Amino acid sequence: MKKESKAKIIKVSGPLVVAEGMEKARMYDMVRVGRMGLIGEIIEIKEDKASIQVYEETSGLGPGEPVETTMAPLSVELGPGLMGGIYDGIQRPLDIIRDKTGSYITRGITLPAVNRRKKWDFVPLVKKGDEVRAGDILGTVQETPLVIHKVLVPSGIEGEIRVIKKEKFTVTQTIAKVRTASGLKEIRMLQKWPVRMERMVQKKLPPEVPLVTGQRVIDTFFPVAKGGTACIPGPFGSGKTVILHCIAAWADADIIVYIGCGERGNEMTDVLLEFPKLKDPKTGRPLIERTIMIANTSNMPVAAREASIYTGITIAEYYRDMGYNVAVMADSTSRWAEALREISGRLEEMPGEEGYPAYLGTRIAEFYERAGRVICQGTKNREGTLTVMGAVSPPGGDLSDPVVQATLRTVKVFWALEDRLAYMRHFPAINWLNSYSLYLDNIEAFLSKEIASDWMKLRNIAMAILQEEDSLQEIVRLVGKEAISPGEQLVLETSKSIREDYLMQDAFHEVDVYAPLEKQYQMLKVILELHRSSKHALEKEVPLEKLLTLKVKEKIARMKYIEKKDMSEFNSIEREIKREIDNLIAK
Amino acid sequence: MVKEYLTISHIAGPLILVEETSGIKYGEIAEIELATKEVRRGKVLEVTGDKALVQLFEGTTGLNVYQSRVRFLGKGIELGVSLDLLGRIFDGLGRPIDGGPKIIPEKRIDINGNPINPTARNYPTEFIQTGISAIDGMNTLVRGQKLPIFSGAGLPHPQIAAQIARQARVLGKEEKFAVVFAAMGITFEEANYFITDFRRTGAIEKAVLFVNLADDPAIERIATPRMALTTAEYLAFEKDMHVLVILTDMTNYANALREISAARKEVPGRRGYPGYMYTDLSTIYERAGRIKGKAGSITQIPILTMPEDDKTHPIPDLTGYITEGQIILSRPLHRKGIYPPIDVLPSLSRLKEKGVGKDKTREDHGDVTNQLFACYARGKEAKELAIILGEAALTELDKLYAKLSDKFEEEFIAQGEEENRSIEETLDLGWKLLTMIPTSDLKRIRDEYIEKYLKQSNQ
Repeated sequence: MKKESKAKIIKVSGPLVVAEGMEKARMYDMVRVGRMGLIGEIIEIKEDKASIQVYEETSGLGPGEPVETTMAPLSVELGPGLMGGIYDGIQRPLDIIRDKTGSYITRGITLPAVNRRKKWDFVPLVKKGDEVRAGDILGTVQETPLVIHKVLVPSGIEGEIRVIKKEKFTVTQTIAKVRTASGLKEIRMLQKWPVRMERMVQKKLPPEVPLVTGQRVIDTFFPVAKGGTACIPGPFGSGKTVILHCIAAWADADIIVYIGCGERGNEMTDVLLEFPKLKDPKTGRPLIERTIMIANTSNMPVAAREASIYTGITIAEYYRDMGYNVAVMADSTSRWAEALREISGRLEEMPGEEGYPAYLGTRIAEFYERAGRVICQGTKNREGTLTVMGAVSPPGGDLSDPVVQATLRTVKVFWALEDRLAYMRHFPAINWLNSYSLYLDNIEAFLSKEIASDWMKLRNIAMAILQEEDSLQEIVRLVGKEAISPGEQLVLETSKSIREDYLMQDAFHEVDVYAPLEKQYQMLKVILELHRSSKHALEKEVPLEKLLTLKVKEKIARMKYIEKKDMSEFNSIEREIKREIDNLIAK
Repeated sequence: MVKEYLTISHIAGPLILVEETSGIKYGEIAEIELATKEVRRGKVLEVTGDKALVQLFEGTTGLNVYQSRVRFLGKGIELGVSLDLLGRIFDGLGRPIDGGPKIIPEKRIDINGNPINPTARNYPTEFIQTGISAIDGMNTLVRGQKLPIFSGAGLPHPQIAAQIARQARVLGKEEKFAVVFAAMGITFEEANYFITDFRRTGAIEKAVLFVNLADDPAIERIATPRMALTTAEYLAFEKDMHVLVILTDMTNYANALREISAARKEVPGRRGYPGYMYTDLSTIYERAGRIKGKAGSITQIPILTMPEDDKTHPIPDLTGYITEGQIILSRPLHRKGIYPPIDVLPSLSRLKEKGVGKDKTREDHGDVTNQLFACYARGKEAKELAIILGEAALTELDKLYAKLSDKFEEEFIAQGEEENRSIEETLDLGWKLLTMIPTSDLKRIRDEYIEKYLKQSNQ
């Protein structure tokens, strides 16, 4: 008979379980709770009593049931086979769970996250006798048609390769042997890493290249850099999830990790069903082949929701270490913070603002700080980036919410969503006056070299027009349109065009959903060119009404539907502007 | 043999503390027998050593520390289900109140249910025609969606809910359909309205009603929606029926939740509601949906009354974050005598895009909706301007938009309680309104649709 460990449950309160007889317990170790063997994590220790947050529903659990520590921290499995997968908050494969247990999620299931049986074609990049250290690439595996998985030397190993073979391996077979100072070490493709620990890098660098999302309001006005951080706070119905989905689909990252944290089940299903159909713009392969999903929907156990964002970001770091540009989307960090609050409340900790624990700000900052552009470990000085974008769902859309405020103190890009814009069906409903990006200076050099030298100049002119509109609108509201000069009315007309023909973008239109940088530049140039020459015409005493009813305006309104192959159309629009206005001046 | 405890040590609000217990499990059901032999039910909220904290569903009135006996049943609350549930009326805890016989269950199911695996879900895409233009045309409902109605005190949400229950159908199909109705803390009159309406139209044959009235114990309300959803899951995923679940009024449910939280002396969140209310509500709302490989579906229409019509109040706020959109009722429209007073601008159906268009409703649906939204918004803006500056300040075009927005409210949104408009009628009505403004202003509609449909409307 198996000897029962003497650690026993003494209290059950929702997802929190207290056990006694836990002398061996270490903070953040994983434990098995009760006869069902539910998975939990130690989050507080008082003498021999340990508080455990349990990642599964706890009903049916009672005092006296055994608790077993695994003596290892909560970790994720890393290796080929993750790509295209969907996992719950503690990295259990949801698709395999469904095959095993049916449509509903039941308890006490343990399944490996990475397929143990599948054989991968391992191609070595180093040979016998080579000196390697942690972070060096041993070889590659074609994980999906879109992603080459690079097998890295695990952390803590340094020495000479003794054996390495080109062969088909499962993730648990030995692919190489390395002679280190402390003896011969076997290396397997499967590695583990504790989720709450940042993976090591050589050094961090400031971000310099924009993450191109194809969303005009983001790329032109409030860009996020590869390796940067951004947040999208907004009330419900303002389109946070639609924007994140668009970015996940179109952003020019190599790998996407999408964390559905306490959100709707149908949204994850949407990603699951849509991404295999959407094609990568560069390769034409399905987007799912570069996407990993972590789904802990709102009705799944609350403690696993707390873990889900760490699970997601650790997987993202692993791919970053291979030298990829990885983007993480967390939807929504507010639900994660609420999980933190629930556990904190049950631990009877002293609450801070709105009942959130006092360490909320620290936890949020720690999470976003795992983003960055880095020189990866290893001798080759590979560069990788990890971009983190988080949705925040403040109660009532109120930005004074502690989660929003703590997030804004950390992140560098703020996309302010507004329900007022959403009601007007202005999508994406990002307010152009309140949002900001602190990466404009970082990426200016890249944009002027790659796209156009006057990119930033155009952007700033457009921004100034939008700003001027705001102050003019106030006057118009008080005294009517007639009270302002024709020049000012022209500003209103142009800003309207910027709003409707440029900022508004239809996420459900096949062409408009993604605007490459080149197209964005051309569009903005056309709008501003019309503004410039109209201003000139006004000086030549052309009546304003004539300028407001130019025929070319119709074409400008349909610019967003111009396909990539028809880029020359922009030139013809510009010529038309010139022709029409010259005609007016000549009259 | 089940052990009986005579060891209640503390009673506070709906909670009792039972001491010297052993083998108690978190979440299990307890029966409390009063001195009068009356039996009440409760649920274990917390176990610490030999103490168990139990929440009573029927309240603690008349409970005595020394004479009450507690039995723990070793399982969660269950509901006995069978097809005989159809056509019956139950109280908030699933006991028949229509004078009919007891249900002989086919099986018993734990009412808390399990979360649906996201990989097992099927995305809702089938258009449900409710016959109400403001919903079908502007904020389309699809099968498997959860779309709440945000109402206010005194607004006609019962009529709208009843009308949806009566008229909802999927185009071109005859399928098994059922309505599960859960009332939480509503008045007798309101409940009676639904029951009478269901009886009058014969809908009762295909309906299951769970009724917790305003004077029933508040705590019972915690179980009522779960009873209803368990029934719905049984009918949808085991008996292949398409189930429409109406939950009214979620505000009363949330207040019951707050009552328990306060009795447990938990740290309150906003406005005194517990911090876990989001999670709790999601365990109700997320039980809507479709499952791969199952023919049935659950569509949810929860109704809640916003205190002071305030959308940022925690109940509508958290609901909006979980549900797939919202239908918002407007008091100004109601005052104008417009039924249904649906304010389409802040209303939203998140699943609309997948449910409309060619082969589902009509190819022009998406564009027409967007154009109507834009026109109505602009017209309302123009009217606001006119209030400040006088009508003379409006341009000719803005005057047209203002007129359009009035017509939109009077002809498109407004309709009779018994009026069942087909989606074609709704869209044609939309086109008719759009003829009021110059064609060059119809920027959101593809040229080919303007060509095809606008001409028809002009004739």
